[in-house]
Amino acid sequence: MKEIIVKILTELRPEFDFSVDADFIEEGMLDSFDLVNLVSDIENEFGVVIDGMDILPENFSSVENIESLINRSKKR
Amino acid sequence: MDFLFKDKKISGILTILPQQSVKFEDEIENYSFSPTKCMKLKLAMGYKEHRIAKRGQTSLDFCEAGLKYLFENNLLEKDDIDALLFVSQTPEYFMPCTSNLIQGHFGLKHDVLCMDINQGCAGFEVGLIQAFMLLDQPCINKVALMNADILSAKVSKRDRNSWPLIGDAASITIVEKLGEPNIIHANIKMDGTGALAINIPAGGFRMPCTDETAEMVEDEAGNFRSKDNLVMQGDAVFNFVLREVPPMIEHLFEQANITKDDVDWYMFHQPNKFMLNKLADKLEVPREKMPSNIVENFGNASGVTVPTNISYNLGDELVNGSKKLCMAGFGVGLTWASIYMEVGNLSFNKIIEF
Repeated sequence: MKEIIVKILTELRPEFDFSVDADFIEEGMLDSFDLVNLVSDIENEFGVVIDGMDILPENFSSVENIESLINRSKKR
Repeated sequence: MDFLFKDKKISGILTILPQQSVKFEDEIENYSFSPTKCMKLKLAMGYKEHRIAKRGQTSLDFCEAGLKYLFENNLLEKDDIDALLFVSQTPEYFMPCTSNLIQGHFGLKHDVLCMDINQGCAGFEVGLIQAFMLLDQPCINKVALMNADILSAKVSKRDRNSWPLIGDAASITIVEKLGEPNIIHANIKMDGTGALAINIPAGGFRMPCTDETAEMVEDEAGNFRSKDNLVMQGDAVFNFVLREVPPMIEHLFEQANITKDDVDWYMFHQPNKFMLNKLADKLEVPREKMPSNIVENFGNASGVTVPTNISYNLGDELVNGSKKLCMAGFGVGLTWASIYMEVGNLSFNKIIEF
């Protein structure tokens, strides 16, 4: 799953390396409009529906947090 | 705050749109983002085209075009208007009220209440609630509620966050006493601590427009806007809507003692398609019962999106019959409001261009 997440992120913002250990939001690698595209891509790729209340910066700050969000969304 | 109104009705809705329609693709070059990224955003947010008024056209012009149409087509009698409400963020002047100007231009009777209300995204619901309250007075039998905003004049074309979704429009809703019993439930909430989440910093008395406020500045996301332009904290507004609107609607259901299945149509304000779909999912309402095609085809004209939504999607359906509508507006203020009522057998429900 991590590889697919990195691939989606890289397609979204090819100028950044998302395999590094960084806070994507703090570092300015993703803005709020990137999150809209990211949620749409994740929903299409993994067949989940992300709850609107989960669209918070902290849930998209790392590959691990995004993976955790997807897993939580699968359980709903 | 909960409201209960009795024996009132909406008897007609006219939406007035600018003739000029601008496609999202034709404006991509204004934004400092790759075309690929912009096109992805187009799909997610529902950016397609938006209606933009010609330079110099004002909210007053659109309202007067609508009233002229109603008078000329015998859909409204001048002397029947007991109150003229103008709900807008783009008035003609700081003073006097735009509604007074309109009253004067048409030579309406002096026994009329003219009132301007400064409201944005919840402007239709706020205006309706005000109209219903006025109709409790014996001297007021018919209210012409005008919602209008020409915000394109205040949004930077190089602001990808706001420009693609903005639209200009006006609507005239006739609200009157009903000769038979009916019940309307409504509620409204406000939180001024978030008032600057959507605002235009310069142009009022606190910060008058100057050469300095007109200077274009790039923000962290690569958008260019000045202090004379509208600025929106998109993420804060998104979180506010998803946090506050679902409980408000649930509360409205409790007030009216109904379930979500009793509602035929959810006619909500349309900031963007993404937010509306998330809202429908959260409320567990089928997305097809909550149309999201107004922002896509015409743009978000603040308080005019709900009447545009009703005219565009329910046109003849509400002329030839009636439906139970749940209407909701949310945004500038911060203000959020909702109304549950049956709407139907309208004298008119259509869109014209100006």
